[in-house]
Amino acid sequence: MTVPRGEVFGFLGPNGAGKTTAVKLLLGLSRPTTGEGRVLGAPLGDVPARRRIGYLPELFRYQGWMSAREVLALHCELAGLERAEWEPEIRATLDLVGLTASAERRTGVYSKGMQQRLGLGVALLGRPGLVVLDEPTSALDPVGRQDVRRIIGALRDRGTTVFLNSHLLTEVERVCDRVAIVDHGRVVSELTMADLRHERGVAIRVTGLDDRGRDVGAVYGSARVDGEWLNVDGVAEAEIPALVARLVADGGAIHAVVPTHHTLEERFMALLDTGPDTEPAAASKGFAASGAAADTAGEVPADAGTSATAGSSAGAANSGAPK
Amino acid sequence: MSVVSIVAIARLTLREAVRRRLLWALAGLTVVIVILTFWAFSRIAEASPISGPIEMLGVSQVTVMLAFMFSFVLAMTAVFAGSPAIGADIESGLLLAVLARPIRRSEVLLGRWLGLAVVLVGYALVAGYLELAAVDLATGYTPSDSFAAPWYLAGEALILLTLAVVMSTRIASVAGGAVAVVGYGLAWMAGVVGGVGVAFNNDLLRGAGTVSHLLLPSDIMWRGTAGALTPPLDVLSAGGIADAALYQFSPFSGAAPRPEWLAWCVVWVVGMLALGTWLLSRREL
Repeated sequence: MTVPRGEVFGFLGPNGAGKTTAVKLLLGLSRPTTGEGRVLGAPLGDVPARRRIGYLPELFRYQGWMSAREVLALHCELAGLERAEWEPEIRATLDLVGLTASAERRTGVYSKGMQQRLGLGVALLGRPGLVVLDEPTSALDPVGRQDVRRIIGALRDRGTTVFLNSHLLTEVERVCDRVAIVDHGRVVSELTMADLRHERGVAIRVTGLDDRGRDVGAVYGSARVDGEWLNVDGVAEAEIPALVARLVADGGAIHAVVPTHHTLEERFMALLDTGPDTEPAAASKGFAASGAAADTAGEVPADAGTSATAGSSAGAANSGAPK
Repeated sequence: MSVVSIVAIARLTLREAVRRRLLWALAGLTVVIVILTFWAFSRIAEASPISGPIEMLGVSQVTVMLAFMFSFVLAMTAVFAGSPAIGADIESGLLLAVLARPIRRSEVLLGRWLGLAVVLVGYALVAGYLELAAVDLATGYTPSDSFAAPWYLAGEALILLTLAVVMSTRIASVAGGAVAVVGYGLAWMAGVVGGVGVAFNNDLLRGAGTVSHLLLPSDIMWRGTAGALTPPLDVLSAGGIADAALYQFSPFSGAAPRPEWLAWCVVWVVGMLALGTWLLSRREL
């Protein structure tokens, strides 16, 4: 799996799939049992490379006895920013995450949402080349979520790579360029949002055809019958009138025609319901343990933002998974 | 390893000690204890002027008792400050954001240790010298080595701090703290047993004391403190008690540690910090 620079990449999966473990491996917070990966061109865990990475952990917690301004100053120091840059950087960050008014308050009295905003600010300090956000909106209200979407958009505009872990698929669908879906420590699918938007189809309520309806639908796309509904995926919008005409010509009575398109959630559910790589045995190997180094070392482009050995064979095997 | 990163974490730890009022609590207690010490020793001197070796020995024993109380406070402070130093930050998730920065786990551990060490050593020296000044002012008693005594106390606190911090890399704060406290008590008791072995020339008991000093050398420092606070040898000899077996194995007596034991204390601290670094490097966060 490779994430090129400048991409907003969603990393999805059910609970226990290995998403946070993968993030910790990327940041050197956990060690891979086997396999390898590179971040910003450096091996996993490389200390100097972390200078260019911002991270919002899923479990965000900051020194409760410090103010937000002090927490940000601490991270400026730890990130190795020049002293002269601290003040403008902190001021801009507080403004960006909406904490200017409460910058001097102890973070111990912050609400969860405010703490998450602070965590986001910490991750954005120093204009990192890669920002890793683990469930960045879990504690935020709708306004906060909108702010996060705005911030991610701004990061994309300035060419920052964003690696986004989230359960909120509608959020991911709105902000990401591309996603990978993981299950039991393996990537089971990778797709771009553009691909998803093109995965259109039609649902036709038709009677009087029985199995012939599915045969007709199969000419235009992937067809299945669900009671009186004939669902045809992958059919081009321009071909829908022809499909309907053919059904009528074959004796079908048309009651409704509903153009459809897949949501990320539907794709996600379909993959996890039917994916063949769900044996528990895969889980014990860990995210970065499931592919040989040789499988992916050659796949890492020179300008790779983030890459990790992550069961690429499984991803390929599932690229034709039911839609 | 970056000294800058270690110092950054040490400064953070010091600021935390100030903000969480640990330093202020210690300073307040010290002021109270120094005032009480001056008052109590003044009453002792009024009741029985310090004119001969026996009276001097009496005052010295009260001084050692005072130092023992002080040593206990320092030991508990070291344990309770050190035992959550790493583990609690891991459990709360606080370390995740810190270690995602260009900083090594070893630097975090050494920074935390250094920050707490500065607090403990500073407290031991300031409070120790103030206490001895109060005793001197009230009674005119000057121990055999007033300069070294607070340093030995600081050394004892450093050893226990090291044990607690290393424990915190793998064990929950409460469990690590309990182990360190029990270790401190056992080491002190084993030191008494070793003293009995020396006094009565019993190899088994003497060996137990030596093994205890090797495993946890805090008692070496305590014995140094007690030795430094006793009257000079000529005063003890004049009183006829310099060679008394009973005096030698008293837990409130001692002598300056031999250089090889002081060196062992340094090696022990360095070795334990290396062990802590290794343990932390293998811990899942």
